[in-house]
Amino acid sequence: MADLTSDFCGIKSPNPFWLASAPPTDKEYNVRRAFEAGWGGVVWKTLGEAGPPVVNVNGPRYGAVHGADRRLLALNNIELITDRPLEVNLEEMTRVKRDYPDRALIASVMVPCTEEAWTEILPRIAETGCDGFELNFGCPHGMAERGMGSAVGQVPEYIEMVARWCKAATGLPVIVKLTPNVTNILGPAEAALRGGADAVSLINTVNSITSVDLDSFAPQPTIDGKGTHGGLCGPAVKPIALNMVAEIARNPATAGLPISGIGGVTTWRDAAEFLALGASNVQVCTAAMTYGFKVVQEMISGLGQYMDEKGFASVSDLSRKAVPNVTDWQYLNLNHVTKAVISQDDCIKCGRCYIACEDTSHQAIAMSPDRSFTVKDEDCVACNLCVNVCPVEGCITMKTLPHGAVDARTGREVGDYANWTTHPNNVMACSAE
Amino acid sequence: MSISPMTPGLAAGRLPKDSYAAHFSDLHPPLDAHEAQVAADRCYFCHDAPCMTACPTSIDVPLFIRQILTGTPEAAAKTIFDQNILGGMCARVCPTETLCEQACVRETAEGRPVEIGRLQRYATDSLMAKNSHPFSRAAPTGKRVAVVGAGPAGLSAAHRLAMRGHDVTVFDARPKPGGLNEYGIASYKAPEGFAQKEVDWLMQIGGIAVETGRALGAGLTLEGLKAEFDAVFLAIGLAGVNALRAEGEEKENVRDAVEFIADLRQSNDLSTLPVGRDVVVIGGGMTAVDAAVQAKLLGARTVTMLYRRGRERMGASEYEQDLAASRGVRIVYNARPVRVIGNGACAEVECEYTVEENGALVSTGETFRLPADQLFKAIGQTLAGAPDGLRIEGGKIAVSATGRTSVARVWAGGDCASGGEDLTVTAVAEGRDAADDIHAKLMEG
Repeated sequence: MADLTSDFCGIKSPNPFWLASAPPTDKEYNVRRAFEAGWGGVVWKTLGEAGPPVVNVNGPRYGAVHGADRRLLALNNIELITDRPLEVNLEEMTRVKRDYPDRALIASVMVPCTEEAWTEILPRIAETGCDGFELNFGCPHGMAERGMGSAVGQVPEYIEMVARWCKAATGLPVIVKLTPNVTNILGPAEAALRGGADAVSLINTVNSITSVDLDSFAPQPTIDGKGTHGGLCGPAVKPIALNMVAEIARNPATAGLPISGIGGVTTWRDAAEFLALGASNVQVCTAAMTYGFKVVQEMISGLGQYMDEKGFASVSDLSRKAVPNVTDWQYLNLNHVTKAVISQDDCIKCGRCYIACEDTSHQAIAMSPDRSFTVKDEDCVACNLCVNVCPVEGCITMKTLPHGAVDARTGREVGDYANWTTHPNNVMACSAE
Repeated sequence: MSISPMTPGLAAGRLPKDSYAAHFSDLHPPLDAHEAQVAADRCYFCHDAPCMTACPTSIDVPLFIRQILTGTPEAAAKTIFDQNILGGMCARVCPTETLCEQACVRETAEGRPVEIGRLQRYATDSLMAKNSHPFSRAAPTGKRVAVVGAGPAGLSAAHRLAMRGHDVTVFDARPKPGGLNEYGIASYKAPEGFAQKEVDWLMQIGGIAVETGRALGAGLTLEGLKAEFDAVFLAIGLAGVNALRAEGEEKENVRDAVEFIADLRQSNDLSTLPVGRDVVVIGGGMTAVDAAVQAKLLGARTVTMLYRRGRERMGASEYEQDLAASRGVRIVYNARPVRVIGNGACAEVECEYTVEENGALVSTGETFRLPADQLFKAIGQTLAGAPDGLRIEGGKIAVSATGRTSVARVWAGGDCASGGEDLTVTAVAEGRDAADDIHAKLMEG
C-alpha cells in the first residue's frame, strides 16, 4: 500500500490523521486509546494558564443537527479549554509521548494576550517532549469573551504578534489554528505567516445555534432555560472549511504555508479532498466523537487504496493536486457549454427533476403522460439543479457540447476559451480585480 | 386422548389455549415514532406521484409522508381521511404490494418500496388514538339519504353525505355495521376490534343513523326507500356464493369460505371453533388465502389451496401467496375439484390437473385425491337480492362513473356495482364519489 507517513512542518507521524484539539484529546486515557486505534497524532486539548483551571457549564455542552435517522450531521459545543489542572495535563502528555515516540503530539495552547503569558508557558509545555504547538485562535465562545480564542483570531495584528512571541519562545514548530468566523480567511493566514508561524490549521468551529426548543423557546443546548451560540463542527461545516483551505493554498502570499485541514473530515474521501485542495494532513474530531476512535482504520485503508489506484506514492504527491483548478469566477470559460442528459434506463420516474426545473428554474424538462422525462436543449441553461435533486446517482449528467456544435438555446456555436474579462458585455473590458 | 392437529375430522381446540392469541395477533405490528421517521425519510416526495395515481382513493401519499417526517402525524391523517375516511382499515387490508407500493419509485430503484401502508397506519392510528374527529358537518340541507349496506362503500358514502349536511340512515342486514371489514377479512389483519372502533370513530361526524338487521327484501324495498328519502345509495355487496359444480359438494363440512371467516371474526374464543385436520380451500383469491391461513392458524394439520390456473393468474397477490406459504399452506396450481368423496361428511376431494391453452382452461384427465375433512369454497361471490328494475351488467348493478344507476335518485357502489376491483379501498372511493354526486344532484334545487 502507498506510504501514508506524514511530515507536517517537520512533525512526523505514521499517517496524516490527527485527532483535533477537543474532548477526545483531553486526557491520557483517551489519547492512549486513540494511539492504540491507529491515529497518527493528536493535538492535545487546549492548555491554559497554570492556576485554577477554567470551569465548564454543568448542563449540556452539545447541540446537534440530525438527519431523519438520527445521523449526526453537525454538532456544536459550548465547552471551554481543558478544565483539568495544567500540571496534570503536562504529566500525562509526558507519559504518553514517552510511550508513543513515533506519534505526533501537539500541544494546543491558549493564554491571555500578553507576551509573558506565552513565553512563560511554551518552554514549560515543551518539557513534555511534545512535537509542536498549535495556537488556539479559533474558539468562538466563552474564551473569546475573555479576549482569547477567536477574539484574537479575528484580528490579524494580534495573530502576527502572538505568533512572533511564540516563535521567539520555542524552537518547536508553531501552528496557528484559525477561526472561520471572519469575512476573509486570508488576512489571518497572512498574519500568521508574517508572525513566523510554521503552519496554519483550519477551521475551528463556526458560530452557530443548532436549534431552538419549540416548547421552552430556548436555544439548544439549554442551560437552565437559556442558551448561547456554540461552535459548529462535523460534516455540515466541511464545505466552509474546504473553501478556506483552498483560499489559503492558492493565495500567492500563503501558497507555501503548510495547512492542516480540519472541518467535517468523516471518511478517507473527505481527507483526500482536503489534501487535494492544499492541506498536508487532516485533523478529525466529530467523526471520532460520533463513532469512536476506530474510524481511523477506514480512513487509513481508504486513503491507501485510493492512492494506490491513482499511483500516488506518498501523501505529499496527492497534496495540492486540485489547487491549480481553483480559480475566480471571472476566469471560468464562458464558452464551455453543457446540457443535462437524463438516462432513461436509470430514471425511476420520481419527477423531481421536472418539478424543480418547472417551478423554480428554466422549464427545460418535458414530462410525458407515461412519466418519461427529457431535457429541452433549447431551454436548458445547464444550471445543474436537476442533477443535484435527482435521487439516482449518475442518472442525470451534464454533456459537454463539442467545439463548433450549436447551442440550441442561444443558436451560437461553441467557441474557444473566453472568459468574463474579455466578454463584450463587460463594460470594464478588463479584470474585475 | 386429547385434541391435537392430528385428531381426524372436525375438532375445536387443536392447539394449546395460549397459542391462539399469538397466532391471530397483528400481522404487521405498528411502526413506532422513530421507525416511522426513518421509513418516511425514504420517500422522495415525487412530483405527481405514481403511488398517488395508483391509489384508488387518490390519497396524497407524498404529502402525508412528509407530514409524518416533520412530526405531525395528525396532519398526515387528515390528508389521508380527506380522500379515504376508512384510511385506517385500508392501511391494514389494502394489497399495497399491488397498489401504491408497487408504483413507488423506490420499488423501481431498489425493489423495496417506501412502506406506504405501514406509514398510513401510523398516521391514522395517531389521530384515532386521540379519539378526535377531523371533520365537521356543513349546515343542514334538510335532505335525507338512505344508504343500504354498512360496508366500506356505504360507510364512506354515509360519512361524506353527513359531512355535506345531509341526514343519513344506513341499513344493514347484519347485526353489526362494517360489512367486509367486520366479517370478511382475516382476523390478523384487523385485530382488537378495529373494524368496530373505526365505525364508532367515523360516526362521530354526526347525522348518521344506523339500523342493523334491515335487509332489502326483508321489510325494505327500493320503492319504499325512494318514497321516504331524497336519494338512495345501494352498497349491498355480493351476498351470493358461486357453486363448485363438483359432484358431492352438498356433503357435510363443505362450506363457503366467507362464512368460515365471518364465524372466526365473530368468535370470542377461537379455541371453540372447529377446524378440520386436513383442510382444502378451493380458489385463488384473497378470501381463499384468508381462509387457508386462518385454518392453519387454528391448528389444521394440512391446508391445501387448490387453484385451477397458474400462479401468475392467481387473484391473491404474490405477497399473499408468500404469506400463505410461510404459514405452512400448500398451494396446488393448475388443478380443480371434480368430486367430493365421503360417506355423509366430506373425506376426500378428487381433483384434476388443468392446463391453460390460449386462455381457455383444459382438463388433462389426470386426477389425484387430497384428504379433506373440511372443504372451503372461495371461488367468488355473486350479486344476490338486488332490487328489481335496476339494469344489471356482467352480474353487477350497472353504474356511471359517479355511481348513478339506471333508476333516478338511486346510486350504487362497492362490490355490488360494476367497475373497479372488489377491494375495500375501491369501495371507499366509489362511496365517496357517489356521495359527492348525490350531493351535487340534491343541491341542484
